[in-house]
Amino acid sequence: MISPASTLNGAAAATAASTADASNISAVAAPERGGRAQYTSLDVKLSGVGRAFGSRTVLRDVSLQIAPGEVLAILGSSGCGKSTLLRAVGGLDTGNTGEILINGSPVQRYDERTAVGFQEPRLLPWRSIHKNVSLGLPRTLSKSEGRERVDELLELVGLHDRASLRPREISGGMAQRASLARALARRPGVLLLDEPFGALDALTRLKMQDLLLDLHAQTGTTVLLVTHDVDEALQLADRVLLLGQDPEDPDPAEGATIARLLSVPGERPRDRASAELAALRGELFSGLGVDSHSH
Amino acid sequence: MTDTLDSPTAAQPADGAARPTERRTRRGVPGGGLLIGAIVPVLLLGLWWLVTEVTGTFTAIQLPAPQAVLTAGIGLFESGDLFEHVGISLQRVLIGFGIGAALGLALGSLLGLSSIADKLLNPTVGAFRAVPSLAWVPLLLLWVGIGEDSKVILIAIGAFFPVFTAIHSALRHVDAQLVEAGRAFGFHGIRLLGTVQLPAVVPSVFSGLRLGLAQAWLFLVAAELLAAAEGLGFLLTESQNNGRTDRLLLAIVLLALLGKLTDTLLGVLERKALKTWA
Repeated sequence: MISPASTLNGAAAATAASTADASNISAVAAPERGGRAQYTSLDVKLSGVGRAFGSRTVLRDVSLQIAPGEVLAILGSSGCGKSTLLRAVGGLDTGNTGEILINGSPVQRYDERTAVGFQEPRLLPWRSIHKNVSLGLPRTLSKSEGRERVDELLELVGLHDRASLRPREISGGMAQRASLARALARRPGVLLLDEPFGALDALTRLKMQDLLLDLHAQTGTTVLLVTHDVDEALQLADRVLLLGQDPEDPDPAEGATIARLLSVPGERPRDRASAELAALRGELFSGLGVDSHSH
Repeated sequence: MTDTLDSPTAAQPADGAARPTERRTRRGVPGGGLLIGAIVPVLLLGLWWLVTEVTGTFTAIQLPAPQAVLTAGIGLFESGDLFEHVGISLQRVLIGFGIGAALGLALGSLLGLSSIADKLLNPTVGAFRAVPSLAWVPLLLLWVGIGEDSKVILIAIGAFFPVFTAIHSALRHVDAQLVEAGRAFGFHGIRLLGTVQLPAVVPSVFSGLRLGLAQAWLFLVAAELLAAAEGLGFLLTESQNNGRTDRLLLAIVLLALLGKLTDTLLGVLERKALKTWA
């Protein structure tokens, strides 16, 4: 329907080196580890995807192609079906209409080509961080391979010295990092993040965004990121999908669809104060029904 | 005197600021908790001795003195009967509880995990639970006869329901988000059960098991009172018929001790499990 931005591949390849000094977290990550060759980023194709709960239509007519390695942010007012769309792509919810293809084949229930990072860390409280992360490992891995991969991931997210702690013994930001590491453990072709930083404080959220960029630069995996934070979307994504009513449609039906699909210019990490982003921010805010001048 | 009292307090600050309060309470009196708990039993024992041996308010038939109960115990111990009674009762409880608890865990897991099984079976199980368990006794005697089997089955019935109810309702309330996360990472069926659901319900399962064990002892006595040739419940009826109140009291004391002992052992297991799983 709308072709990916031409800057896409360049942006996806944004170097880890430039983000490495952005925060303490990403400084921990070692670029030479977890080589991206081991990850296969996959493309996602949505055709006419819709979802209704009972007689209430939440989503309709979502058609979109997401290139391998792309970071797509999904924005929308709360309750507009952002998470519903994400869950459909991950096969967590199978009641949708239309077709969702990953790498050309339909999404399976709890599709193993995808991995989900939830809004809550959802770590098992009785397991250590190391054991929690290893939950995400594919079954085919041997024990020692698995342990090695978890060690690597924990180092990547800066939790290697907390490996033996229980979830309740670490902070919310650390728990969310562990959750990210768990999602990456199966080396997903498509990483699905459902407002993963929504519950974190502002400073931690910024650090986590940098970490995500860093992880993406190293793994190259396709990322679908649901967020309610316009700045987060502009900072992280190649494209921003705004769900809502189509502004062109004079008589919109019930349920959200693609209201806007914007390519975000510039390589990451982006200057949060740039004029270009400010214009996009204004457009997204007005698409969300918020007057951008009051912000 | 003052020295010995002061020295522990003086040593504390060196240990760091966070711990002193915790340490002080633990140091108060060694085994303080146990001592306080022993006050009432010792007073009761004293009162018992007072109204029997000293004032003679009660006759030996009504309430024998503590020493008489002890003597009865030693007598039974020396003849080997005591060991036999305790042994057979313990065996019945353990086998019955084991079977009942295992079935309770299995059926509770099934109904707690599968909504189809729940819809299909829960009304039936609920109906059986509504039957006061002792009402099964005549039927058991008719079908199984007065052997070990009928007693063990009765005890198993008694142990089954608390365990079943505990795990069933706990599984229905496991954090749905954790379960979904488990599923999202490829866990389902028995692996999901072992990885997410069972560990999450360990605390409730143990309270169910402890209730089930208490029920098992209750049903043991019921079974042995009704039809038995040995065991602590039999000792109760036999002593009642022979007017051996001393033995009767002995049986009661033994049941209390055994019940407490098995519950404590289960409690130790529970603490260990909670340390690992909670």
